[in-house]
Amino acid sequence: MQICWHSFFFLLVALVACWFALAVVVSSNIVRMALYLVGCLGAVAGLFFLAGADFLGGLQLMIYVGGTLVLLAFGVMLTSRSQFVSMKTGAAQWVLAVIVGGSLLAVLLQGAFSVARWAPPDALAGDRPPQSAPTAGALGLGLVGVRPDKLDQEQERLREGMAGYLLPFEVISVHLVVVLVGAAYLARARRRIAAATRPDGEPPGSST
Amino acid sequence: MPEYHQYPSLAEFVSTFLPESWGWLAYVLAALVHVALLLVLALTVAAASNWFERKVSARMQDRLGPTRVGGRFGWLQSVADGIKLLTKEDLIPREADGLLFRLAPYLSFCASFSIYLALPFAGGAGGWVAQRLNIAVFFVLAVAGLEVFGVILAGYGSGSKWSLFGAMREAAQVVSYEVPLALAALIPVMVAGSMDLVRIGNLQKDGFWDWLIFHDPFTFLTFFVYLTCAVASVNRAPFDLPEAESELVAGFMTEYSGFRWSLFFMAEYASMFAVSVLAAILFFGGWNGPLPLAEWLGLTQSHGGLAAYAGNFLGMCNLLAKSYLGVIVMMWLRWTLPRLRIDQVMTVCLKYCIPVAAAMLLGAMVWCYALPGGLVRAVRPHPEAAARWGAPPVDQPPHPPAALAAGKGGR
Repeated sequence: MQICWHSFFFLLVALVACWFALAVVVSSNIVRMALYLVGCLGAVAGLFFLAGADFLGGLQLMIYVGGTLVLLAFGVMLTSRSQFVSMKTGAAQWVLAVIVGGSLLAVLLQGAFSVARWAPPDALAGDRPPQSAPTAGALGLGLVGVRPDKLDQEQERLREGMAGYLLPFEVISVHLVVVLVGAAYLARARRRIAAATRPDGEPPGSST
Repeated sequence: MPEYHQYPSLAEFVSTFLPESWGWLAYVLAALVHVALLLVLALTVAAASNWFERKVSARMQDRLGPTRVGGRFGWLQSVADGIKLLTKEDLIPREADGLLFRLAPYLSFCASFSIYLALPFAGGAGGWVAQRLNIAVFFVLAVAGLEVFGVILAGYGSGSKWSLFGAMREAAQVVSYEVPLALAALIPVMVAGSMDLVRIGNLQKDGFWDWLIFHDPFTFLTFFVYLTCAVASVNRAPFDLPEAESELVAGFMTEYSGFRWSLFFMAEYASMFAVSVLAAILFFGGWNGPLPLAEWLGLTQSHGGLAAYAGNFLGMCNLLAKSYLGVIVMMWLRWTLPRLRIDQVMTVCLKYCIPVAAAMLLGAMVWCYALPGGLVRAVRPHPEAAARWGAPPVDQPPHPPAALAAGKGGR
């Protein structure tokens, strides 16, 4: 008996991801949604690991599962008025969601089926996924401004743009910092005004 | 070819004993062996640390600690506690969200156990590691960050105000320590030029002067930033705000008892040990002793498989001893320092640790540029070691970039 563990785990993890994704949509408790989202994004990270893209899988775990969702849970706990917030989804929202989600699914399915032949993992390589595919190295070099992949381009035109992603990366970073500072400034200013105009005459800054 | 593909994996080794048609079983068996070994390690560490913590704290407070259960030193105290915890009634508060309440302890333990999958325990012959990853440091940090979900969900799902406060503190603590922790772990990675823990450990093989903590003054200081953030990441005093038994009853664990409580407990000790193993590999030479004893005794791959096995075993003992020393330091801190307030935690992590770590990163960068071999290599040049430090990574990807580009173009 020959089991292709690569395909087996791909199907298993993909099913888990889909199940959790459905659970996110169906659930009405916001913290449970966050939990299901952890499951879904974690399973997607598992798919990345399975494909040999370890760095991407680690990023998925660190940024989406570890970072964003902690902030989400933090925000829910800070802002919720009652203990267990529950969100009711109206019929109109369901209709809209089905239209948007369905059209995305249609596009993705069309893309998936337009590939003539998905390369099946060959008998042994399937058991040992491309463990050391150089995903992280090339990506990292690209981020600091070296594009080793461009060196092998035959056409002169395509070999241009050796600068890599350093400039866009920096521009985005600076942009994000500006946005963060602005958000912090707005949040602070509003609170100070609120404290200063309070009728009971408490000194500004006493509210936290 | 990468060096570690020269050695057969456990699955390939097992499959030589199985008939041809049962080859698929080899992977299952190999996975079970890895998981069983790591589970035994994590649980033994938890039980041993529990006993040890009582003894250490007793010694620090001029007491005796457990003395009766199982002979003179109370060896079996953890076992007795375990049996007691298993026989306790399983309580779920009426106000709790049952699903989250039940799930949280498992989530916590699974996250801290998953760290062990990427931790190597010896470096020879491809390394003793369940899954050798190219990006092991990154994976360990990412998975260690998932443990907070157990805490947050437990705090939220318990339906108790103490638990909720504990969970909120945990969330605030996570956003403050994660960045300096990652920055501090980045510095040894940069000096070693690899995120592969096996490679980082093997680089420091000449003796204690070769350890990354003594590489330059910047890595030395970085270790203390790492220590601070690692203690914060495992919620130990002085960073045990989510638990804070003198303010919040038991914080996020208030409503838990019996087996579910003991899962949190095991998760805490397992992740304490895991961050200590990481510190030992990143800063203290990993499985390499203070003197290259295994090499002097000839316990290397060049003297045959058995010698390499013995060398690896010696290295594993070395690593476990160093890591346990780290655990003891954490216990020492816990029973010495008072708890910080949440604003002090955020001040320590965000206002001090991040700038210090960033300055160390810059300093280490300059140092690596000027003296790539580190302090000792500058004083005592060593041609073979210089080649090792300066050379590009041994584990070159099997495909040259050209193949990658071709593959990309094909898509």
